[in-house]
Amino acid sequence: MEQLINMVLLTLLALITIGIIRVRNLFAVVVLAGAYSFLMASVMMVLDAVDVAMTEAAVGAGISTVLALGALHLTKTEEAAPRFSAILPLFVAVGTGAMLIYGTWELPGFGLADTPMNTGVGLDYLDRSMAETGIPNVVTSVLASYRGYDTLGETVVIFTGGIGVLILLTAVRRRRRLAGDRDKGSAP
Amino acid sequence: MTEILATVNYWVTIVLMVGGLYIVVAHGNMVKKLVGLGIFQTSVYLLFLSPGKVLGGTAPILAEGFELYSNPLPHVLILTAIVVGVATLALGMALVVRIHEAYGTVEDDEVHELEMD
Repeated sequence: MEQLINMVLLTLLALITIGIIRVRNLFAVVVLAGAYSFLMASVMMVLDAVDVAMTEAAVGAGISTVLALGALHLTKTEEAAPRFSAILPLFVAVGTGAMLIYGTWELPGFGLADTPMNTGVGLDYLDRSMAETGIPNVVTSVLASYRGYDTLGETVVIFTGGIGVLILLTAVRRRRRLAGDRDKGSAP
Repeated sequence: MTEILATVNYWVTIVLMVGGLYIVVAHGNMVKKLVGLGIFQTSVYLLFLSPGKVLGGTAPILAEGFELYSNPLPHVLILTAIVVGVATLALGMALVVRIHEAYGTVEDDEVHELEMD
């Protein structure tokens, strides 16, 4: 049953991706991307990644959509028709896909407990987390305790990104205001 | 049938990855390029989370009565990746707005032509 739900959701994801490729109206593209993020969050729920699903629904479908809509408000909402043929990009994409498929041949099947990945350090965290940190949610204990410095670094990345956005956008606003003043000065 | 179910996650991961790559390479509109980059990114999330799932297991929150849990480590890595992803998206969108202000267009071939003039 789990696998069936998984397959249906994944098929929908692939269909939405094809829709995003074909649609030219950027507003529709952004809304489709929001639906894509919600579907991805559902897939993550099925894959037992509840914390990740929550973050994807809030960040991927929420904040990203708001950011994209804000950018569309300040730019254009229609994509220009393609001027070059899509044969070369298609060739590159299909070639990459073929190599990736070749890479999946030796991968272990879905949902097995005895793969190298699932018998390694992940099990160790599951065994030791309760005794060492007292937090029942192992994802939280790894994120905030064992790998706390990584999370600090992540916060630094967001902070830097925020500063970059502020610098870029305040410069836009200042130049607009200057242009507005100049227009007013030249008007009779 | 079971064989298809066992590999469908990898197949769809590849489809999403190739779709995202195609949007980034073939489309000139920068907003759409960023959406494509987001699709590429989420396909990597799927690639990490799928092998960590254990069938019959549950979410890695320790509780009485559950013995089998999915692997918590990919979840932690992907949580970090999602948050870094939204930071790059915000910066990319700000750059698009700035480019639109400077050139009046967000199509990369038109920007290139204006640069050549």
